[in-house]
Amino acid sequence: MTTTPTRAAAVRIHNAHKAYGAHRVLNGIDLTVPPGHVAAILGPSGSGKSTLLRAINHLEKLDVGYVSINDEPIGVRRHGERLKELSGRVILRQRRQVGFVFQSFNLFPNLSVLDNVAAGPIATGRHRKPQAHTLAYGLLERVGLADKARAYPRQLSGGQQQRVAIARALALEPGVILFDEPTSALDPELVGEVLSVIKDLAATGTTMIVVTHEIGFAREVADLAVFLDDGRILEQGPPAQVLDQPSHPRTREFLSKVL
Amino acid sequence: MNEVDDPPTTVVPTPVRDPVVDGRPVPTQRVIPLRRPGRWIATVVVLVVVAQIGHGLATNRFFQWHRFGYWFTRPVIVDGLIVTLKVAAWSALFGLLGGVVLALARLSKSPVLTAVSWTYIWLFRSIPLIVLLLFLYNFGALYKTISLGVPFGPTFAHFDESRLASDMVIAIVGLSLNEAAYAAEVVRAGILSVDQGQHEAAAALGLPRAYQLRRVVLPQALRAIIPAYVNQLIGLIKSTSLVYYVSLLDLFGSVETLGSTYPSDIVPLLVVATVWYLILTSAVSIVQFYVERYYARGAVRTLPPTPLQRLRAGLAGVRARYRLEVGR
Repeated sequence: MTTTPTRAAAVRIHNAHKAYGAHRVLNGIDLTVPPGHVAAILGPSGSGKSTLLRAINHLEKLDVGYVSINDEPIGVRRHGERLKELSGRVILRQRRQVGFVFQSFNLFPNLSVLDNVAAGPIATGRHRKPQAHTLAYGLLERVGLADKARAYPRQLSGGQQQRVAIARALALEPGVILFDEPTSALDPELVGEVLSVIKDLAATGTTMIVVTHEIGFAREVADLAVFLDDGRILEQGPPAQVLDQPSHPRTREFLSKVL
Repeated sequence: MNEVDDPPTTVVPTPVRDPVVDGRPVPTQRVIPLRRPGRWIATVVVLVVVAQIGHGLATNRFFQWHRFGYWFTRPVIVDGLIVTLKVAAWSALFGLLGGVVLALARLSKSPVLTAVSWTYIWLFRSIPLIVLLLFLYNFGALYKTISLGVPFGPTFAHFDESRLASDMVIAIVGLSLNEAAYAAEVVRAGILSVDQGQHEAAAALGLPRAYQLRRVVLPQALRAIIPAYVNQLIGLIKSTSLVYYVSLLDLFGSVETLGSTYPSDIVPLLVVATVWYLILTSAVSIVQFYVERYYARGAVRTLPPTPLQRLRAGLAGVRARYRLEVGR
């Protein structure tokens, strides 16, 4: 079974600010990712990459600014000149158009692999159980794990767990998928299998935003490379430009360390 | 790492040979486990002590085992046992339900709910159960009637307190109030033990709140809740003996009253109560094992064996070793 890719979504971040107490994590970020594009977000740790990604599906609330997906603001609504927070129920519904893949997988250990993938469509009433299971089997086949459907997450390797997590995110048939350092918790030899699944996904024309330290992967797959430092975008553009001819000294310094 | 560039090598099989130390070959297969004479001596000592205790229990005329046999299943004892079971079961149920509500209130973001829950737990953990029970017993003298309604506003329902509260109800209410305070902390600890990443993943999938709780959070929390709650439950079963002081004839109450009628039988009667309490707590422990095993699915790679499976595996091991010894 092949899943028809849902209409790829456009993501826009408008003037995002966020602080934890006195510590300012995001200092006014504007970013546009057009439908079907793959954006790679790079930068030193503590630069606000993960916070920015988590703000996109409102796992983090922004202090100032907002994120919109297909021009629909996420987690807030415009009220005249001001932004008002939406209710939890509406935010949960909005999140269903966004897939999120965590660094530490966060599969539900008490549910089988199949139930993990099918949970989203069933709980949200998108599909009845049999259809959701068919969908889940199809997605597990796509990430090469159809034979593990009955297993429990802790019985799988890290790479397999992350591929299940990707299938779980895809089960929502989202317009955009966010990846938060999807290979950072993996043994080096398992990184490849996860990256190749993400690569295949990029080829289907889904909008993706990937926080990563894999420079080679970013160069190969991304349409847009974004370099973040101290809560600001220092540079953005085609990977060939940002990664190979960085204009900012801070970018050059970072790339010389990770390459 | 460039395996492709390496010239093809032919693998020459090397014959497996035992390593040689000081000109003598060292066998490679089996390691003989260390002998542990200390462990054997300790085992023998413990067995002797256990046998002595068993002998003492069986032969000491102090216990009057024939009187134990006489009393053990007497209707008056069984009636008391049923009262104990009723009080324990209802209090366990209401206590757990109250505990879940209190725990959710304590974890909520509303400062009022948190404060009310905290105060309840503080108060009812501080009052000795016997004091609480006697207080409730005398409640009827304090409040003749109970009314349900809006404070300073209309009244919806009206009860005559003395008719509403039988001794059984007083006992169950008292134990439940006390149990809920403890259960709340057990449930709260369980919910806190669930990894933050699980909440985030459930939220990121847009799962409805009730579904998150039912399918993701509670099943994982139960792994931490069950052992602590069973501990609580065993304490509760024993606490039911206090209801005798609000004139309810439970297992302990029956034994106590019979003891004053038959003073020479007090020891066998106490043994009767002890054995029944042992049976109750054992039943709870057995249920605990299987419930825990059920909720361990997914948390461990392989489930722990049941006692029967362990016994079978043990016997198989002994048989295998025996065969090995004989074969040599």
